[in-house]
Amino acid sequence: MGLELLFPIRPDEGSSTLRKTPRCQAAWTPQREPREARTTNSVDSDELLCPRSAAQSRRTSRERAPAAAPPTSQARGGPERAPIGCSAAALAKADIISTVEFNYNGDLLATGDKGGRVVIFQREQENKSRPHTRGEYNVYSTFQSHEPEFDYLKSLEIEEKINKIKWLPQQNAAHFLLSTNDKTIKLWKISERDKRAEGYNLKDEDGRLRDPFRITALRVPILKPMDLMVEASPRRIFANAHTYHINSISVNSDHETYLSADDLRINLWHLEITGRSFNIVDIKPANMEELTEVITASEFHPHHCNVFVYSSSRGSVRLCDMRAAALCDQHAKLFEEPEDPSSRSFFSEIISSISDVSFSHSGRYMMTRDYLSVKVWDLHMESRPVETYQVHEYLRGKLCSLYENDCIFDKFECCWSGDDSAIMTGSYNNFFRMFERTTLRDVTLEASRENSKPRALLKPRKVCTGGKRKRDEISVDSLDFSSKILHTSWHPADDIVAVAATNNLYIFQDKVH
Amino acid sequence: MMLSKGLKRKREEEEEGLAVDTWWLDPGHPAVAQAPAATAASSSLFDLSVLKLHHSLRQSEPDLRHLVLVVNTLRRIQASMAPAATLPPVPSPPPAPGVADSLLASSDAALSASMASLLEDLSHIEGLSQVPQPLADEGPLGRPTAGAPPSLGALDLLGPATGCLLDDSLEGLFEDIDTSMYDSELWAPASESLKPGPVEGPGKEETTPELDEAELDYLMDVLVGTQALERPPGPGR
Repeated sequence: MGLELLFPIRPDEGSSTLRKTPRCQAAWTPQREPREARTTNSVDSDELLCPRSAAQSRRTSRERAPAAAPPTSQARGGPERAPIGCSAAALAKADIISTVEFNYNGDLLATGDKGGRVVIFQREQENKSRPHTRGEYNVYSTFQSHEPEFDYLKSLEIEEKINKIKWLPQQNAAHFLLSTNDKTIKLWKISERDKRAEGYNLKDEDGRLRDPFRITALRVPILKPMDLMVEASPRRIFANAHTYHINSISVNSDHETYLSADDLRINLWHLEITGRSFNIVDIKPANMEELTEVITASEFHPHHCNVFVYSSSRGSVRLCDMRAAALCDQHAKLFEEPEDPSSRSFFSEIISSISDVSFSHSGRYMMTRDYLSVKVWDLHMESRPVETYQVHEYLRGKLCSLYENDCIFDKFECCWSGDDSAIMTGSYNNFFRMFERTTLRDVTLEASRENSKPRALLKPRKVCTGGKRKRDEISVDSLDFSSKILHTSWHPADDIVAVAATNNLYIFQDKVH
Repeated sequence: MMLSKGLKRKREEEEEGLAVDTWWLDPGHPAVAQAPAATAASSSLFDLSVLKLHHSLRQSEPDLRHLVLVVNTLRRIQASMAPAATLPPVPSPPPAPGVADSLLASSDAALSASMASLLEDLSHIEGLSQVPQPLADEGPLGRPTAGAPPSLGALDLLGPATGCLLDDSLEGLFEDIDTSMYDSELWAPASESLKPGPVEGPGKEETTPELDEAELDYLMDVLVGTQALERPPGPGR
């Protein structure tokens, strides 16, 4: 498959109005830049470089904050996230993307970052006069989902970083998503407004209340069109149910309930009820000294609303059936591959720790990501996976130094293509890997500005593991371990992928279109 | 590779097969070919793990996954450094007994030789003048036999580990990871929030590293402390 860069985006780029977003309830008008903006260095005149290409060469608005309009806003009551005079490094840290998720039809793409912000991109609708713009994602809405909090009881600061975003299936004109930080899950409603009412009786056009005694005649308000406004408002806040850090949320196929998982417990919620949740898994030992395993990820089955799985730091996945018992500590199935004795080392457990688990769209398979590989499991067979893909086996000889610099603890995600024929996961050096399950072809690609131009095909990359390095190869020792792709998402229907590389978002699509 | 080559003969073939790419080994670590050197390497891995554990515990809210993985790795390393007494398998977590058993099942001679140098390493870090005796037999309680000087904190490290294995219980498995000896000198003052009140002051621990079970509990207290909401603080806090 050939992937071309569709749209490299930095979520905070292109418009300083994004920075000025006040409290979540306020509306924000998407900034539409003129399409005519083209760069002069386009070799192929047919290539319409994306409107933001002019912005790409600029530094981010965050880094320019001391000179530009201050990002703080009086409306935001919480602590200022980016005070003037803050160093560029501190500013950039909040921009690190921590989660990426397409919605159910792929028209919306949500990203969450370390600063507690959610930015939603919307796919451009097909436009005959500008055929190239089809498929481009532009900023649709941005809002502050979580603020840093302070737990006075424990004297701990609760990070505002968004750990996960999950969309709800669309039921009406509005969009709903769940976003969570370490402790609190919020249900957000994102709705459009393109009409306003004019001609109120009790208030003037500018909102001032009219004196009722002065009203002599009644009129019927009429709806008038207005500029599109996208509003995000928190509809539910699910708090105080997790002692440990939430690592996963998953919406059930019944569309009424969802689960949230932290290191030791999994809770079941009803979307309408914030006052309580049901604990369905609890692996906390009576004695914390006996703790040897934590929950690392959890997901509901896409079709069976009573089935969910959770993965552990010891490399096992447990499938549970909620019909069996109220507390699903007893698993229905245990998926665990026996350790290969020939590759056993001190780090065997760490590299077997599962960082992500994901059901296939069909519901027949499940994929797990451990440090070095991706495994596809048939839900009917617990003894071993049916497919194993090596992501970066060349790192096996470097485990000690990766342990030293903590990279061995990195949690990579993985995702399925819409038809389950391919899977994708990230690696280091801004590389990401895609595996075709039927043809068994795989490719390593890089998400970086230097190596990709919009509409240009991505060049496959190769890591040289030993011996003579060929010209285009990169040696293991030259890999940049601080540039890691942990979060990726695949469009549910088309061959479009979203890749988060630190604080940059890349959207690639298959050239064969 | 950091694997203790001397402990398991089977590994020799594998290590030769692996790419000998040692760019990440700084010059302080000798080549893997020699058993004592390998042990030094595994002891430095041990030190690194303790350092990580300590660092992890210092966080106001430790990342449980990181903590658990480091602790489990530390146990593996400890098990590989323990003497080759025939020990019964640990009842729970399944992978651990397998590793411990296989690593311990190998030759004793190499182990006791490497043990001596390992303890020397640890005592060197400890700053103690005594060169400890290599661990010979462990009593069922896991305490060092009379031959070994009881004041050596390092032995407490190794002793309770095997003791726990012998005990057939995981009670106090965390106790064996004694980080107090690292607390005192090398890092920030022991008055950091890690230690609860009742431990007899940092002063005592700097001078006499003899630690009984109650004092070693501070490690667990920190873990317990992460759930302060659920349990009322015990008298120790």
